[in-house]
Amino acid sequence: MDAIILQILNGLDKGGAYALIALGLTLIFGTLGVVNFAHGALFMLGAFVAVSVREVLTISTKVKDESVTFFEAFKEIPYLELWLGDTGRAIIDWSVPISILIAIPVMLLIGLVMERGLIRHFYRRAHADQILVTFGLAIVIQEIIKAIYGANPIPQPAPEMFEGTANVGALLGLGDNIVYPKWRLVYLGFAALIIAAVFAFLQFTTFGMVVRAGMADRQTVQLLGINITKRFSIVFGMAAVVAGLAGLMYTPILSPNYHMGMDFLVLSFVVVVVGGMGSLPGAVAAGFLLGILQSFASMNEIKQIIPGIDQVIIYLVAMIVLLVRPRGLMGRKGVMED
Amino acid sequence: MHIDKFTPKSDMMMLLGFAAAVLLMPLWLQPFGAAYPDLMQRFAIFGLFAIGFNILFGQTGYLSFGHAAFIGVGSYTTVWIFKLFTLNILPAMVAGVLMSGIFALIIGFICLRRTGIYFSILTLALAQMSYNLAYSVLTPITMGETGLQVEAADPRAWDAPLAEGAVPRTNLFGIEMTDFGGLAGFYICAVILIVGFYIALRITRSPFGSMLRGLKTNQNRMSYTGLNTRPYALAAFVISGMYAGLAGSLMAAMDPLAGAERMQWTASGEVVLMTILGGVGTLIGPFLGAVAIKYFENIFSAIDGAVLTSALDFLPDFLVSGIVPVLSLFVGKGWHLTLGLIFMLVVIFLPGGIMEGYRRIKARFSKSGQE
Repeated sequence: MDAIILQILNGLDKGGAYALIALGLTLIFGTLGVVNFAHGALFMLGAFVAVSVREVLTISTKVKDESVTFFEAFKEIPYLELWLGDTGRAIIDWSVPISILIAIPVMLLIGLVMERGLIRHFYRRAHADQILVTFGLAIVIQEIIKAIYGANPIPQPAPEMFEGTANVGALLGLGDNIVYPKWRLVYLGFAALIIAAVFAFLQFTTFGMVVRAGMADRQTVQLLGINITKRFSIVFGMAAVVAGLAGLMYTPILSPNYHMGMDFLVLSFVVVVVGGMGSLPGAVAAGFLLGILQSFASMNEIKQIIPGIDQVIIYLVAMIVLLVRPRGLMGRKGVMED
Repeated sequence: MHIDKFTPKSDMMMLLGFAAAVLLMPLWLQPFGAAYPDLMQRFAIFGLFAIGFNILFGQTGYLSFGHAAFIGVGSYTTVWIFKLFTLNILPAMVAGVLMSGIFALIIGFICLRRTGIYFSILTLALAQMSYNLAYSVLTPITMGETGLQVEAADPRAWDAPLAEGAVPRTNLFGIEMTDFGGLAGFYICAVILIVGFYIALRITRSPFGSMLRGLKTNQNRMSYTGLNTRPYALAAFVISGMYAGLAGSLMAAMDPLAGAERMQWTASGEVVLMTILGGVGTLIGPFLGAVAIKYFENIFSAIDGAVLTSALDFLPDFLVSGIVPVLSLFVGKGWHLTLGLIFMLVVIFLPGGIMEGYRRIKARFSKSGQE
């Protein structure tokens, strides 16, 4: 029982990342009708915002080390710590959450530039062209990041408060056997929060209403005199922010490297297909579902019965779903059918 | 939509021209510094890969992102034949092609249930799955990260055992691939490429080929006329999978080892790029695209900061120190950045690739101005 709960928890945080990327992908599919192969690159860019913020915060100077008395010793101390003392140290410690503040405008800007500068010229072209141009863009972004930050992963620590593990079992009254890294719990909460925010935005604001109407019938909305294209570009920016934040908060779990975007993208596409193209709840549900399935498949007990199942489970499920229910779990008729 | 005028005679001329160009590569590539066998083999192998890919993508419009998997299957099968039976490349390549054909049949059967983006994503997922499997569970077959290699001690059923410590070399009835300074290997690739080109030409001109183009133009209308379209698409998928398997087989025949990195999605992306760059749906285009990319990859990867500095020697120093770091982003290890940029520029500005560019230029210079 404990093992099962632990595996579900394990799956949920990875599933959270899948769900967030898939949510953005689906938003873009649904509104702009564009297949965005560069969405993984946005996830990766978000992670590297965290890296950059931390680098800026920890710009250091050499200071004489007073604790060493035998010889002249110097140690590196970040300016922030020098100027602000403990507050500075706390700011550096919290660099990952703090970078969210920077990431939101940065990712929004990147998203808008991408949409206005490139994607908008591809609305009327074949899906194959859209796939190809965004694929090329993904390679370019990936290589630029590689040229700037190098090919090695750059570890990002979580704030000290969230390091280590939490005894989830005791909290839920299930005994002491379920311990789980704190930051992963934070990530899970964060993913749930973002998903809720996106849904609330689409459901309860006028802007969201127009967007939903546009997803259902673009032409009619335009005939009513609403500039739907402008709103859809903002939606693209939003999707970029969601993907960026998903990547940013994931950095303490997985040290950012330049190819993390593509690794997640392939799986997120599978998630979107399983959930049903164009269905937002489908994307979220399929994200968590596949995350959990994957974590169950990596249990040793299961791997002993079917070796290698952890590597292929997601693809297998995707194949079965598509063969049995070609529209995906929650896909609607007529949405991205061809 | 531009339609090429063709007659059996013009086709024959094209085939002869193609064959002559390929066979004479060691001569006319000399001034470009690309006339060494290793690179020319790559031109031929990737040209074959792209020509086969074009049968699927160019004719039927199905964009597969998983063709590298067939390269992998072809390579592994070939190396296993080398290990277990004989170092003669002929049976090994036949086995490689058959095996990738079977593999393509299975994958195609699943993926072709959907069209459009679904199909692309499904092929991508399946290829990624094969790649993961090759690195994990299938390591007894694939040798994982070390890659599968041919060794002298392998039990070859049809060959006389090699001496201890001898280097196992692949051959075609006694002619080793490295004979004549590697030209033997190149000419084997070249002949197979020409045969492959001929088959692609025949397929394109056949009623079967027009069926495939019908799939691309309007699949619904095809099915309304009472046709079951899936067998046609599946046949195209299997054929192009076999071409990819043959390319993988040839890679293994020229250099008898196989590694899973050949199956990565980037390799699938590369063949898409070759086809696009050359011209989707044209016969010669994909081959030109493959040659262009492999040629520039070879040139660009060799350039580094020092070469750039000496090349820009004539400029004032302060300019050199400014330009070199920017340029060196695009060369050497940054070759992929250039590749991505080319990819985007071609898709944005010249969706028809080199062949369309050629046609545009020709149309501008021809008197009538009509295509």
